[in-house]
Amino acid sequence: MVLTGAEIVIRCLQEEKVEYVFGYPGGAVLYIYDALFQQESVRHVLVRHEQAAVHAADGYARSTEQVGVALVTSGPGATNAVTGIATAFCDSIPLVIISGQVPTAAIGQDAFQEVDTVGITRPCVKHNFLVKDVREIASTIKKAFYLAKTGRPGPVLVDIPKDVSMHQCEYEYPKEISMRSYNPVVKGHSGQIKKAVQLLLGAKRPMIYTGGGVVLSNAAEQLTKLTRLLGYPVTNTLMGLGGYPAGDRQYLGMPGMHGTYEANMAMHYSDVLLAVGARFDDRVIGLPSHFAEEPRKIIHIDIDPSSISKRVKVDVPIVGDVKEVLEEMIRQLESGEARPNPEALAAWWKQVEEWRGRNCMVYKNSDEIIKPQFVVQKLWEVTGGEAIVTSDVGQHQMWAAQYYPFTKPRRWLNSGGLGTMGVGMPYAMGAQLAHPDMQVACITGEASIQMNIQELSTCKQFRLPIKICNLNNRYLGMVRQWQQLFHGGRYSESYMDSLPDFAKLAESYGHVGIRVDKPSDVEGALREAFTTHKNELVFLDFQVDPTENVYPMVQGGKGLTEMILSAEDL
Amino acid sequence: MRHVISLLIENESGALSRVSGLFSARGYNIESLTVAPTEDASMSRMTIVTTGSDDIIEQITKQLNKLVEVVKVVDISEAAHIERELMLVKIRATGKDREEIKRTVDIFRARIIDVTDASYVVELTGNQGKLDAFLGAIEPALILETVRSGVCGIGRGDRVLKL
Ligand SMILES: Cc1ncc(C[n+]2csc(CCOP(=O)(O)OP(=O)(O)O)c2C)c(N)n1
Repeated sequence: MVLTGAEIVIRCLQEEKVEYVFGYPGGAVLYIYDALFQQESVRHVLVRHEQAAVHAADGYARSTEQVGVALVTSGPGATNAVTGIATAFCDSIPLVIISGQVPTAAIGQDAFQEVDTVGITRPCVKHNFLVKDVREIASTIKKAFYLAKTGRPGPVLVDIPKDVSMHQCEYEYPKEISMRSYNPVVKGHSGQIKKAVQLLLGAKRPMIYTGGGVVLSNAAEQLTKLTRLLGYPVTNTLMGLGGYPAGDRQYLGMPGMHGTYEANMAMHYSDVLLAVGARFDDRVIGLPSHFAEEPRKIIHIDIDPSSISKRVKVDVPIVGDVKEVLEEMIRQLESGEARPNPEALAAWWKQVEEWRGRNCMVYKNSDEIIKPQFVVQKLWEVTGGEAIVTSDVGQHQMWAAQYYPFTKPRRWLNSGGLGTMGVGMPYAMGAQLAHPDMQVACITGEASIQMNIQELSTCKQFRLPIKICNLNNRYLGMVRQWQQLFHGGRYSESYMDSLPDFAKLAESYGHVGIRVDKPSDVEGALREAFTTHKNELVFLDFQVDPTENVYPMVQGGKGLTEMILSAEDL
Repeated sequence: MRHVISLLIENESGALSRVSGLFSARGYNIESLTVAPTEDASMSRMTIVTTGSDDIIEQITKQLNKLVEVVKVVDISEAAHIERELMLVKIRATGKDREEIKRTVDIFRARIIDVTDASYVVELTGNQGKLDAFLGAIEPALILETVRSGVCGIGRGDRVLKL
């Protein structure tokens, strides 16, 4: 069958069972949009800014196990998409981004809307392609999906010049793909796994530390099983929340800069640490030399060899897919006789419980002014802990992570690696489209939400009933916190002046807006949003305490055990 | 420590910039980088001379391996290997210098491949040390121009870097 390049692009998306494409048209992708128009199975979501297209595709991918797809035009379309691509790259999210390019003959001529998209995106994609021949479109798109979702996942960009999308050729979708230069290791080395299991069984102060890899590899069930079999304490990083059910006795909360006292102490004083799909990044281990002061053996499971022994030296590296490796560990444990040493474990748990007894997450609530933590707790109650929660970046992100205990994976969507303000609403859009029957809440701040506020329009068009919980403190709160703690209280450019009336703004887009000033109104407003206005987008503008800080806190460059637990420690 | 890393990479446009971009983005050193197609035209072979601690070299090889177009990576300096570099030097050669230079060329087993009444072009292959020594043996004021290919390397004996 002879098709145009544009038709081939759409056929390929159909073959990959793509439900939604998030995009924005322009000159270089006109043929592709024309082909899109003439079919029904691939649905297009017209965003209001290309950054949001990529974030929404990313949110879709995070909340499902699918590859997210975005479509943008050349030049400004592609450059607007870059933040979204880099955000997905830093969190290893599988995306395929299709960008239009100027016609092949115009490449290099400084043509209208020409940028070197492949060059600009090279450092923030898993891989990218410029397709110069219509006969290569199908195999390239096949490769793009394959690369995006296998190994350590990531965004893959396919740049298609306008003439290539117009040319015709015989179409056939390749059934299989193999690349001699790309063969990710899936199965872990069984000898290494055996060593790891022995080390774990001999531990006196064991700790399990898990990250986004558990979520990406869909291994929450295996992690839970292994953790319960061993009876060891476990912590999930910001990217790994929901990997192990929060609230369970063995769960110590999140580690790191704003992690719990018990998680950080247990990480630090463990004698055997099992790291699973986590990368010891600087928000978890701020000071590797301090971490290395306590002797411990580290086992590290990761699909990406370059994540192993990068910041922290590892004793037993296991390269492989987290799920496969955990399954093998469970098999070895179950088939062997050996079990953890009960006395040592009891003594260790006694110590851990003592740390937990510090109750590091208590905050002073108030009858007068809304505390942001209180809003998150109420949101958890009202949604029965079953919502998909997205966040932006700042204090509200940390409070969301701390006070909304996630019991399942793929329920918590945030930009952990790049820390991109503005992801919250687009993530919620992607998640809501993927899960039309679920409650989707976006916990945000008055600054972050303004970075992609135009998407209120997209939400109206596609009837996305997301619930935006704006923790409005009139400050770039996280910036203000650092200025208070480390810059002598000089609040340089961190006050958000001239804020809009968010409730009215939402109403002007045709949504429901509710402003909440009093603590006693918080729960009622949330209930109204999730029941009365179940099928509408509600913008809840909570006026919260502008002076509240996120605790506990490990300052940058300090050791894990040197935590500020509350304002009294300052 | 100085290391010589050899790799096979798909002969695609942009492949070189992925490698050089990786080094600059992560702040790794490149002392020299050479690349050319192999007997299989679909693949290129690259030799990169770099310096760094063991941890950094480990990261460099892992990061190179992670590039989708990289087929194979070997740190050939981990075992017995041979390094060669080609150098062309244009030397001012007049009067009594002509004989003197020719003698030095013979000692280093170099070759004069272009002659005018005022200059020679000398071709020399060897390891970096030999090339450096040759330049050291020529009066600096006489050196008009030098061009070096960068290091090519190969393992000794039956160590083979092939698909
Ligand atoms: C795009 C982008 N620009 C700047 C920053 C730096 N930054 C991190 S948190 C923050 C403040 C966020 O303010 P807000 O959204 O109101 O949240 P709050 O911290 O007050 O909860 C800023 C500016 C960032 N993370 N992303």
